[in-house]
Amino acid sequence: MQSIKKTFLSIVIFLLISSTSAYAKTQIQWWHAFGGRLGELLDEQVKKFNASQNDYEVVHTRKGNYSETLNAGIAAFRAKQQPHVLMVFEVGTATMMAAKGAIKPVYEVMAESGVKFNPDAYIPPVKGYYTTTDGKMLSLPYNASTPVLWINKDLMKKAGLNPNMSLKTWGEVGKALDAAKSAGISCGITTAWQSWIHLENFSAYHNVPFASKANGFSGLDTELTFNSPLHTQHLGLLGKWAQEGKFYYAGRRNEGGANFRSGECMFFTESSAGYAGIKKEAKFDFGIRHLPYYEGTKAPQNTIIGGASLWVMTGHSAEEYKGVAALINFLSRTDIQSQWAQDTGYLPITTAAFKATGSFYRKNPGTDTAGKQMLANAPTENSKGLRLGSFDQIRGIIDEELEAIWTGKKNAQNAMNSAVARGNQLLRRFERANK
Amino acid sequence: MEKRVIFKGWWLPLLLVSPQLIISAVFFFYPSGEAIWNSLFLPDPFGLKSEFVGIDNFTFLFGDPYYRASFITTAIFSISVSVLSMGLGLYFAVLADRLIKGAGVYQTLLIWPYAVAPAVAGVLWMFMFNGRIGLVSWYLGLLGYDWNHALHSGEAMSLVIVASTWSRVSYNFIFFLAGLQAIPKSIIEAAAIDGAKFWKRFRTIVFPLLSPISFFLLVVNIVYAFFETFGVIHTITSGGPEQATTTLVYKVYADGFVGQDLGSSAAQSVILLICVGLLTVFQFKYIERKVHY
Repeated sequence: MQSIKKTFLSIVIFLLISSTSAYAKTQIQWWHAFGGRLGELLDEQVKKFNASQNDYEVVHTRKGNYSETLNAGIAAFRAKQQPHVLMVFEVGTATMMAAKGAIKPVYEVMAESGVKFNPDAYIPPVKGYYTTTDGKMLSLPYNASTPVLWINKDLMKKAGLNPNMSLKTWGEVGKALDAAKSAGISCGITTAWQSWIHLENFSAYHNVPFASKANGFSGLDTELTFNSPLHTQHLGLLGKWAQEGKFYYAGRRNEGGANFRSGECMFFTESSAGYAGIKKEAKFDFGIRHLPYYEGTKAPQNTIIGGASLWVMTGHSAEEYKGVAALINFLSRTDIQSQWAQDTGYLPITTAAFKATGSFYRKNPGTDTAGKQMLANAPTENSKGLRLGSFDQIRGIIDEELEAIWTGKKNAQNAMNSAVARGNQLLRRFERANK
Repeated sequence: MEKRVIFKGWWLPLLLVSPQLIISAVFFFYPSGEAIWNSLFLPDPFGLKSEFVGIDNFTFLFGDPYYRASFITTAIFSISVSVLSMGLGLYFAVLADRLIKGAGVYQTLLIWPYAVAPAVAGVLWMFMFNGRIGLVSWYLGLLGYDWNHALHSGEAMSLVIVASTWSRVSYNFIFFLAGLQAIPKSIIEAAAIDGAKFWKRFRTIVFPLLSPISFFLLVVNIVYAFFETFGVIHTITSGGPEQATTTLVYKVYADGFVGQDLGSSAAQSVILLICVGLLTVFQFKYIERKVHY
């Protein structure tokens, strides 16, 4: 009996001590969408941050995939239970931006906390996506990647090609695909994230608008413009390749990755962050090339990013926002960013971290392709990024119309005209709901 | 003469029916009312502001040819899933009912798939039919057939139908088996002595006696095909290619939770509510008449 009492007493004392120590630290809630290896790496960052100081404690929670995390954040805000920091994928940027009463811009958080903050330290194309036209950073870029061309050198040899041949233009890619076809290779090229790579990045890379009003940066009354002759020329070519059995369509997300990693496909257009998976699974000699472009156009401009950024939500105390500022400062540190880039294949978000990752890039040839391609030129109005409402849904519409091109049901021009018309309807609804 | 018990006063009867009334109010009337109310507004995702738009959400929906097409998609999908899963359930139940040895083993095995959640069932079928690298599509490739349900709408539709049917057959099987075992053996034996062959006995005695169960299953299966197949569609096709497998329920989800367009999503739930209501009334009015209890 005595011993039970003792145990009970010690539990109570333990709880009291641990709860007071928890009270001493200000808790910062961070909701994110990373599971698996990425989740472990994020957890490491949080542990490092918590150990690095005594005032704040970051608690991170995974809320599902990107869409689910955004939904969880929205639902929580409606219930007045929102976290301090919410990870939102780049597609949701316009939705977050329009929610003026729900978000606290990063530049404001930093200014109020008094922590030194230099927005110019961040890589321009990464920063540009999450910054207003007058240079105010709204959310902190967290994980950013850009599409590149992955090649299977063994299959190229089998097709009688020199694995080091130039693949700068889609014309050269076409010739390589002809050779692959005659050598009996069942899949010349496949892609992941078709809208992101073959329309959004295609537009930025060729310096043509994806939507009016500077791709939506300068107004909600933007209209889609990706039915131009250059766009339809490219999609028409891919459609022709699909009909001829050279381009294999595997799905809307990154399903094609399995076909590339298993050694079936010779070329693969996919995010640079596909590195970890390809390196782990591919049993062939692979290479990374710049995304191809068309000659006689304004290409190569620069490509844009995919990934997510961290948004700070309203409704918390000044003390808590100080903690958020400390976290932002920590995540932007050169050593943290450089380590993150090497572990994940994402791009370092600051120029200093990019330089610090130099020796890793030299040791792993091709891993710097994405960075070079993104930093090739100062971003223009057309290559700063996209800021369109209901964009997750518009991507769905684009996917549908592209599928109609790949099966040959529609020609590229008709399909894109239809995608533009349908997408514009959603933009008008978004404009109306957010004006 | 029918027996009637009359309660004196109001309190006791109200008290007795109140649990059901409260459940209906909380889980049906309140959410439906909320959906109807929301369908008249165009809110922003965060609920910061909301504009009254009247029936604009509805006119927007019916102006969209893809939305109109999803009614046909839903009809094809629901009818196929209900007919196939009930047909197979009945077929297996008749076979299992006639078994003399090892009936328990067969019955257990046939009930097994019911334990698999729809989303898991979806992932299972998606892996088997994954374009060129799935087990089944690989063998189809050897036979010269290039299966790719990410691209071909017919293949996508058949795959979601088969996957949804597969996870539903067990449920129907259990009910049909129970129904078959409830039919008195003496009636069947009497018919057999009169010279009726199996098929004749089935058509004239067994099937009519099963009609209450069949009717119940029809209603439940249509509701299943409408609502519970979401997991299968979400994991296998996400409503694609184009919108070939976007059923009404899937579109409610896509517009509400992917597009954050809660006004349109609410309007769609209202339309769905009306559709399912009409369908159930229709079933009870016209099909139930043919049911012998």
